[in-house]
Amino acid sequence: MAKSSIKVRAKVKKGEAKVKCLISHPMETGLRKNKKTGKLIPAKFIQEVVCESGGKTVMNAQWNATISKNPFLSFAFTGAKSGDTIKVSWVDNTGKSDSTEAKLK
Amino acid sequence: MKKIATALSVMLIAATPFAAQATPDDDLKAFRSYFTKKFPEVPMNDFVNGVYALDASAREQWEAFEEFPSYEIAIDNGEEKFHKKFANGNGYADCFPNYKKGIKQNYPYFDSDSGKVVTMESAINKCRTDNGEKKLKWKKGAMTEISAYLASLSRGHKTNVKVPGDAKAIAAYNRGKKHFYAKRGQLNMACADCHYYYAGNKIRADILSPALGHTTGFPVYRNKWAGMGTLHRRYGGCNKQVRAKPFKAQSDEYKTLEYFHTYMSNGLEINGPSQRK
Repeated sequence: MAKSSIKVRAKVKKGEAKVKCLISHPMETGLRKNKKTGKLIPAKFIQEVVCESGGKTVMNAQWNATISKNPFLSFAFTGAKSGDTIKVSWVDNTGKSDSTEAKLK
Repeated sequence: MKKIATALSVMLIAATPFAAQATPDDDLKAFRSYFTKKFPEVPMNDFVNGVYALDASAREQWEAFEEFPSYEIAIDNGEEKFHKKFANGNGYADCFPNYKKGIKQNYPYFDSDSGKVVTMESAINKCRTDNGEKKLKWKKGAMTEISAYLASLSRGHKTNVKVPGDAKAIAAYNRGKKHFYAKRGQLNMACADCHYYYAGNKIRADILSPALGHTTGFPVYRNKWAGMGTLHRRYGGCNKQVRAKPFKAQSDEYKTLEYFHTYMSNGLEINGPSQRK
């Protein structure tokens, strides 16, 4: 399997999980031109990021072209135990998606 | 020929602000003592963190970045590219047999056979051309990823750049030194004006970083670039900011500048790749 595009680090402190993700994605707005050909570079950006823990969605983010390349996302949620697995996934406007699982420390 | 070379080196020495006949070692001592006097509160090994050694609020943000740095993607990609074999079956590991132990601290070095300064980036591309591959672009992209991977393996090693007694090596060192102290561009500013004499002062909203320890962190992920860049990419940017025409990346001019610049950071730990604003 190819390497996942998502890197996750998550820690639990006093029942609150702090999750940090680094996603490698070009996040093309669709407004940038290829300098050599003068043609527009087609849009390719993440539209939705979801984090699930124990079958429940704990975080859902609706993104658009304004987010930077290789975005970094950090969030926290309560009711987590150390050792739980979380699943982070994204879907972009071209329909491509990726997901990864990580254990809470 | 020898006469010309001596005459040239005498001219170069005369053009620099330090006393004539200053050896690289003397320069290093003067450079060090200047910064330790200017910033007595900064421990020597903190200079590798550039402006964050001086600016507490920027340091806070930077530390948050460094918890999960953006250059990790580059290190991973670099590792993959480094271990991919060339078409002829050789790989980078054949050119850099000691890469696991860390090699970044020894670059740039003076190659007495070719009479030129060898930077790590030029060694990477030489490895490619020797094996019948195309050169990589110097300033960004795959080059920075491989360089980031090699730098990450060299972390903790102390910068160990040598200037041999060879007249040509001294001449290369002095050329870099001259570049550092020479005024250039429409704004008539030298590298030294900002990063030596005025280090720690404000330039508009930013604080100028001291030249000591600049080189240890490269290649860097720069937020302004939203990507990785090599030291020579930054040199070009610096030259543009004083409205000078930048030299080409990996030109002799920048190579010798890197030689001088890195020599000044001898003994400081490699902490590249790193994140800069």
